[in-house]
Amino acid sequence: MRRSVDWPTHAILLLGVALFAFPIYIALVASTFDTGTIGRGDLPLWPGTHLIENYVAAWFSGGGRASPGAVSTMLLNSFVMAAVIAIGKIAISILSAYAVVFFAFPLRMVFFWMIFVTLMLPVEVRIIPTYEVASSLGLVNSYAGLTIPLIASATATLLFRQFFLTIPDELVEAAKIDGAGPLRFFFDTVLPLSRTNLAALFVILFIYGWNQYLWPLLVTTDSAYETMVVGVSKMIGTGDAYNDWNTIMAAAVLTMLPPVAVVVLMQRWFVKGLVESEK
Amino acid sequence: MAAVVLRELRKSYGDVEVIHGVSCAIADGELIVVVGPSGCGKSTLLRMVAGLEDITSGEIAIGGRVVNRVEPKDRDIAMVFQNYALYPHMSVFDNMAYGLKIRGLAKAAIAERVNRAAAILQLEKLLDRKPRQLSGGQRQRVAMGRAIVRDPQVFLFDEPLSNLDAKLRVQMRVEIKKLQQTLGTTSIYVTHDQVEAMTLADRLIVMNGGVAEQIGPPIALYERPETVFVGGFIGSPAMNFVPGRTAETGAVVLEGGALLRGPAAPPGRAVTVGLRPEHLAIDGASPIALAVDLVEMLGADTIIHGHIGGRGPGLLARLPGTVAVKAGETVPLTIAPEHVHLFDAATGKRLPPP
Repeated sequence: MRRSVDWPTHAILLLGVALFAFPIYIALVASTFDTGTIGRGDLPLWPGTHLIENYVAAWFSGGGRASPGAVSTMLLNSFVMAAVIAIGKIAISILSAYAVVFFAFPLRMVFFWMIFVTLMLPVEVRIIPTYEVASSLGLVNSYAGLTIPLIASATATLLFRQFFLTIPDELVEAAKIDGAGPLRFFFDTVLPLSRTNLAALFVILFIYGWNQYLWPLLVTTDSAYETMVVGVSKMIGTGDAYNDWNTIMAAAVLTMLPPVAVVVLMQRWFVKGLVESEK
Repeated sequence: MAAVVLRELRKSYGDVEVIHGVSCAIADGELIVVVGPSGCGKSTLLRMVAGLEDITSGEIAIGGRVVNRVEPKDRDIAMVFQNYALYPHMSVFDNMAYGLKIRGLAKAAIAERVNRAAAILQLEKLLDRKPRQLSGGQRQRVAMGRAIVRDPQVFLFDEPLSNLDAKLRVQMRVEIKKLQQTLGTTSIYVTHDQVEAMTLADRLIVMNGGVAEQIGPPIALYERPETVFVGGFIGSPAMNFVPGRTAETGAVVLEGGALLRGPAAPPGRAVTVGLRPEHLAIDGASPIALAVDLVEMLGADTIIHGHIGGRGPGLLARLPGTVAVKAGETVPLTIAPEHVHLFDAATGKRLPPP
């Protein structure tokens, strides 16, 4: 370790941090004033005194006047959606990658390419037929409708496939001789070896699920199933509508917390997995 | 423990046949080494015994039971892989215990077996470590421990020492031999290293191009190779091969004109004459005049490279001790008739006595 501090480098880094953190800081500050202060357009740089009442208001009755519901409900909906999507995607894709890599079945490569090809279709292209199917199945306004159509994942399947290909054949054979069947091999060897990938993927997919906007907007009309990201955008009135920016900002800050928590919590796993690199 | 019988084993990938009918009866408790250059089919043969490759035709019997259609886990075998194939996320203890756990042994019985194997292999202090915390030699031991705890009828070794450095390889070779003698388990050992093969084997199978060229005890293969390939593969430095022609009974004319006394053979045949470097000796009245190109002094031996009669076929001689010869000189070499090997020039097979 060098003792002298490299000031210019630190200065540039600090500037970068400030640049990224400032809007978030402003949101945080805005959520600590009363409606009037922000409404006058002179937002101070230092936090005000209405922090608790703004967050309580947002939590129990929502942000702004046009809020589709309480933030607590929407957070719960978003959390359920993101968690189910992340776990579901991982479960489905790890199993399909396991099948594609470790089993020789007819048309194996055809199936692999079928999965691969779906990568080339963006969600927006197939959103109308997807909605049609979801609504025919009666999935509109339900957690199932929010999550199931988003669970299939070609990206995660590819990622697991690439990882499984690095597992030496001899390990598979050793397990065969030891008497481990396909399921046992999966749970005793493949899953523990994949835990770094699992942690990384969970973080990425949870945030992917959390940030879903278009699909929840389409598939939910009942405010009981409103998700946070959609909810925040609905809180902001259009045109000349007067917005209660203080509670809207409180809601926005609350929206950011769960993904941050997931990243912080999983990062410890993630780094641990990286440090214990094993072959 | 059990005898293993291979009957006319063949293996094809699509239209390409890679094993062309190998037969061998391996006795109970025998250590048999399958040796050959890379691509000769030796590993495929072993994997067929293990059940990791399908058998195209032929039969494998372990302890009198035909196992062609038996799953690897039910064949009562244990295999040691070249790259050890240890489970990276399990401790040494769990690596060894895994197979037993799956077989549903009681915890106490597993611990007892693992501890006994660990004691044999001096792994007691390493049982809590992960494979990545072990050296290559220790990992090799764990891989063997995993095989031992199973107490199988047959051990299969697939080039287990080729990832180790030279010194460790010699040491582990001795340990494997000792271990096999103590346990008395029938073993099939695949290697491409002929020294490893010679020192370990009770009997050798020399494979080339998917065919078992010769099967027998190491010394028998050294003394009486049945083909040019076996003659060249077994022994170091390799056997010299010189084209020649048999003259009247008991003599052979080498290309370049030298006349040697050799084993009885029908006269007038084109032959490949095999001469082991260590069987050549300097003798004033001897028939081979070797023009020396290069001399290697190894202390215990002197290795002379040269050409017969200056322009004839190349020849290598290994003479005991230090020999005062310089490049550019000509040395007279001789060889005892019983050490002259005659192979048919066309087929490469040893000439039968007339």
